[in-house]
Amino acid sequence: MLQTAFNALALGSVYALMAVGIGLVFGVLRLVNFAYGQLIMAGAYTLAIGSEHGWPEWASVLACFGVVIGLSLLMEVGLFRPLRGTSPATMLVATFAVAFLLQSIALLKFGPLVKTASIFPGLFDPVGHGQFVTVRKITIVAIVAALVALAALTFLLAKTTIGLHMRAASADFRTARLLGVRANEVVTLAVVLSGVLAAVVSVILVVEDPFVEPQFALRDTIIVLVGVVVGGLDRLWTATLGGFAIGVATSVFTDELSSAHSVYVDSFVFGLVILVLLLRPEGLFAPFSAQPVERA
Amino acid sequence: MRIAARLPEVVFPALLVAAVALLGTFASRANEIHFRTALVDVAIVVGLYVFIGNSGVLSFGQISFVAVGAFAAGLMTISSGVKRGIMPSLFPVLKDHSLGNVESLLLAAGLGAVFALVVGLPLMRLSGLAAGIATFAVLGITHNVLFNYTKIGPGATALTNIPETTGLRQGLVGALIAIAVAWLYQLSRFGRMLRATREDPAAAQAVGVSIHRQRLLAFTLSGALCGFAGGLFVHQAGTITTEDVYLNLTFLTLAMLVVGGVGSLLGAVVGALLISGLNSFLTTAESGIHVFGAKIDLHDGTHLVVLGAVMALVLVLRPSGLTGGREFRFPRRLLRRRS
Repeated sequence: MLQTAFNALALGSVYALMAVGIGLVFGVLRLVNFAYGQLIMAGAYTLAIGSEHGWPEWASVLACFGVVIGLSLLMEVGLFRPLRGTSPATMLVATFAVAFLLQSIALLKFGPLVKTASIFPGLFDPVGHGQFVTVRKITIVAIVAALVALAALTFLLAKTTIGLHMRAASADFRTARLLGVRANEVVTLAVVLSGVLAAVVSVILVVEDPFVEPQFALRDTIIVLVGVVVGGLDRLWTATLGGFAIGVATSVFTDELSSAHSVYVDSFVFGLVILVLLLRPEGLFAPFSAQPVERA
Repeated sequence: MRIAARLPEVVFPALLVAAVALLGTFASRANEIHFRTALVDVAIVVGLYVFIGNSGVLSFGQISFVAVGAFAAGLMTISSGVKRGIMPSLFPVLKDHSLGNVESLLLAAGLGAVFALVVGLPLMRLSGLAAGIATFAVLGITHNVLFNYTKIGPGATALTNIPETTGLRQGLVGALIAIAVAWLYQLSRFGRMLRATREDPAAAQAVGVSIHRQRLLAFTLSGALCGFAGGLFVHQAGTITTEDVYLNLTFLTLAMLVVGGVGSLLGAVVGALLISGLNSFLTTAESGIHVFGAKIDLHDGTHLVVLGAVMALVLVLRPSGLTGGREFRFPRRLLRRRS
């Protein structure tokens, strides 16, 4: 029972980090970035290459951040900017195409076999020797990272000028621009921040599962994408809670279903998702009073 | 009279598809498969278009109807003797009966329609992103169940020994049926009502159109077409795994629709033919081909990279698709000269 709770908390924290990354970009661009998982995959491959060549760990992690943030910026300049203001379907399919592109580049370059990234292997060890629960150090790192990232982000959004601009832009992009918010600056910041979060997530995921392949983090991304919509994409905190909630739900189903039913975890999670969407289509955590207006 | 004026809308795409099938008859035995695949792709994408194009609601779930149709049509055309051997845990009803080719296609269409109706009844109340994610959840559940439940199918292993009955002729007929149904639907009052809800939901409701009912109708029709196309898909390939009808196919067919132009039947057909052709060309190029005397030999896996890049490029340059969502019309000048 306690074990289930800990696992749920750990997965929930990682998913919450991913949800923030997706939610930030959605806030300013109204764009659901399906290629987010491939950013994490790219980061994981960087770590794997680093450990293959025997780089020091700090250098691998630095390279991972560099690659992921660079790729995010490249996506913003090459794809998001030309597509700004087109229909959500077009933007979603375009990020679909990029996800497909990055995944096939990985397949072409590294092949379908797994690469092993051994980075911070000590973090996988359990803390002490509890009789009933195993808590790995990485679990604690993940939870702390999520809390720190959320705190830093809250500070940025609430207390700085650029944060204020960002909130204005996600409330109404056009009006914010008219009032002097620099659109490209705000969007670039959001994209960089979501890149930083993706890099953090790829380090955490690689420690938990060091076998990197082209489909690395794909399933997680899909589940988180579903989670942020279920939570409510119109606000950053509801999206984050959505990511956290779906992580908890996935983890609980995985641990608590009997072995005969455990292969149907995805069905249970998706079934729950449909139910929640039918009951609260505007988002599970969206405030009851304010109905968000769908913007053209 | 009005119908006659709109006839080019259906005749031109039909001629395009027929031309592709005709080209296929000249192709070598090894290359014929690419033409058959293109015809099946047209059927699937037109099925998608009936719902997504007319309603303007993005659905990731239509491939679940393709999957159900494909597995039903495949499973029921394998002789029961073979089925007893390779899939012992099937339900007896499925194990002991088998159907002919045409019956299996009808079964696939029927199952697709029923599944879509059942799913659509609650889900068609949603719109926007919520609808997209909910239909995606349906796809996830369908895949998860088909992959694990061995009483209704082969589970994680491939379903093989399926009669390869969808040749060029059946592929062509199938694609033409899909195009004709889609055209008749968008011509009907139901199609027009749904398009009205796409353009302005509030105004459509104000004149008495029920958004839920119209979307549900299109979703069910699209489910039938997708199931039918799934039957063609499985009879063309002769073998199928659950991965064949999951994320990659969803992505590929949606990309075909968006690249062609979501808003028109012509867009669906053009997008399907172009992307399918490009995909086939690049796949063969990986094993080395000669084009105009130059030898092209690409590294394995290049086709996926090029395909992804081309789609992203088309979307950046023409966000509303190659056709811009317009149907085929004769150029004005030509018409004026004739009248």
